[in-house]
Amino acid sequence: MESGIFFSDYRSDMALRRMPLQKVRTGLLLVGLVVFPLLANPYWLNLANQIAIATIGAIGLNILVGYTGQISLGQGAFMAVGAYGSGLLTVRLDVPFYLSIPAAALITAVAGLVVGLPSLRLKGLYLAVATLAAQQIVEFVVTHWDGLTGGTEALVVPAPELFGARMNTDGRFYWILVVVALAVALFAANLFRSRVGRAWVAIRDQDIAASAIGVNVFGYKLLAFATSSFLVGLSGALLAHYRSIVTWERFTIEVSISYLAMIIIGGLGTISGSFFGAALIVLLPAMINTLGRSLQDTAPWAATVLPYVQQGVFGLVIILFLVLEPEGLAKLWRNVKDYFRVWPFSY
Amino acid sequence: MDSDVFLQLTVSGLSNGMVYALVAVGFVVIFKASDVINFAQGEFLLFGAYLAFAFIAQFGLPWSLGVLATLLTAAMIGLIVERLVLRPLIGEPVISMIMVTIGLSSLLRAVVNGIWGVRPKAFPNFIPSGEVEFLGAIVGFDRLLVIAIAAILLTVLTLFFRYTRDGIAMRAIADDQQAALSMGISIKRVLAVAWAMAAITAAVAGIMLANTVGVSHDIIFIGLRVFPVVILGGLDSVPGAIVGGGVIGLLESYTAGYTTSGLELIVPYIVLILVLMVRPYGLFGKEIIERV
Repeated sequence: MESGIFFSDYRSDMALRRMPLQKVRTGLLLVGLVVFPLLANPYWLNLANQIAIATIGAIGLNILVGYTGQISLGQGAFMAVGAYGSGLLTVRLDVPFYLSIPAAALITAVAGLVVGLPSLRLKGLYLAVATLAAQQIVEFVVTHWDGLTGGTEALVVPAPELFGARMNTDGRFYWILVVVALAVALFAANLFRSRVGRAWVAIRDQDIAASAIGVNVFGYKLLAFATSSFLVGLSGALLAHYRSIVTWERFTIEVSISYLAMIIIGGLGTISGSFFGAALIVLLPAMINTLGRSLQDTAPWAATVLPYVQQGVFGLVIILFLVLEPEGLAKLWRNVKDYFRVWPFSY
Repeated sequence: MDSDVFLQLTVSGLSNGMVYALVAVGFVVIFKASDVINFAQGEFLLFGAYLAFAFIAQFGLPWSLGVLATLLTAAMIGLIVERLVLRPLIGEPVISMIMVTIGLSSLLRAVVNGIWGVRPKAFPNFIPSGEVEFLGAIVGFDRLLVIAIAAILLTVLTLFFRYTRDGIAMRAIADDQQAALSMGISIKRVLAVAWAMAAITAAVAGIMLANTVGVSHDIIFIGLRVFPVVILGGLDSVPGAIVGGGVIGLLESYTAGYTTSGLELIVPYIVLILVLMVRPYGLFGKEIIERV
């Protein structure tokens, strides 16, 4: 239990994790991440990997939507650029995956700039509609440019190799994903404390005031678009190598929507929220699936309505969170932390 | 090219365009009343089509009663949605509003699929279908009827916004919510009316689609195809929705008719981006875009 905040030097004051409890929680998290693959079966490892990829993508989207206040419906398109970029670099040019993934992320950042450039002059709804158009156009290009992407055929990406080991199992890929996801989270957490992050928040809260205090609004919006697309492309590229099959169905408008749902449910403008939201949106259908299968013997009709139940619950969760707890899971988590911070003497 | 083909493409493009226009008007009504873009408009359309299917084909009501029942049910759904989902969010930021309609679209879609399944259904043609010779080309009578019905409905709506109390109140609220409130306008009432109207126009479009192309899950995608229409016409303009619907419908029809690459799928979106770059408030929209 803590009784106050006492720092005697700037170093400890500016640390990312300042309080003893925070340090304990971070330690527990790291231990948990290391121990998890030793205990989990492939099913849970698969889910964990999906969550890690989704977390990276959600942090990327959160930079744009949660921090800079620009709504994007083009998440799926940017993930497609990352996935096809990295996949094609590996398949066609034999680039090793540790080079092709960052390269694909860079390509996506450039693609993000191209889309962002015209629409960043506009605010709010218009950007949402412009990114929706970008989504449709990218989907069309991917499915129709047979020479480059193979059209509607799946692109098969060989399993990546690292230190002579083929990363073809969930257990092995887990390590790549966890390291990248942690690095992204750390990068984002520090970014938001920097000049750039503060400028983004200023633009989100009141763009005219931001430009009045000397923030280059257009430049920082572009930077947000590029950074966000970079991370989204990264998550798309990781997905390509993890799944080893790239098909356009994975990058439709539905994907854009489910990522928006992640950051809304998790909490806009928080990194922990990106993780919570990603976890919930990945786990929810899986849990409904398990539930449906366990009901299979008693109620055989359950299997036929399963997809609709998943879809309905997805919509319902979004609505309920927006109506009841607009700040999302991150806020709930904060409530729990605040409760235990002074427990048992919370007067 | 044949002038026959051209005329046929024109008529089918216009009739598709008028369906777009009807769906777009639903967007416009809601946007005018509350500054919300409703991503669930495609699902309202779907609901309308399936409700008509249920009343006419499954319950065997005569088509006049069936259409009436469809419209009433659609209005009820609009009211319920507004009361349960939108009203708690009055005054929340734009992204919450957008997201809640996205959640709504997922929920409504699940309900429709859960009740009726995803397979296309055969729908009894209740609008007399025959072929009419029109300016020297053979065109389906139902297509012409779609254009006529849409034209009537859109005229009524234009008049509604110009002359009725609720219509004027909607414009007032869209202009400045605070000021409208202080002048004694009930936002709740106006929003309820707006959502009911949006649901009804979508249901009309749904019925017409059901009659011309059949009832299927693909109707949903029309909801997304309407964004170029509203951006082209202007988000807050009923005449804009009509003109935008016509232009986009024709454009799609000609692209589909004269090219073979499936380009008609994205031509509207390319138009959308061009419009956003050149004239973001659309052809008839109000010029209040703030550039920063």
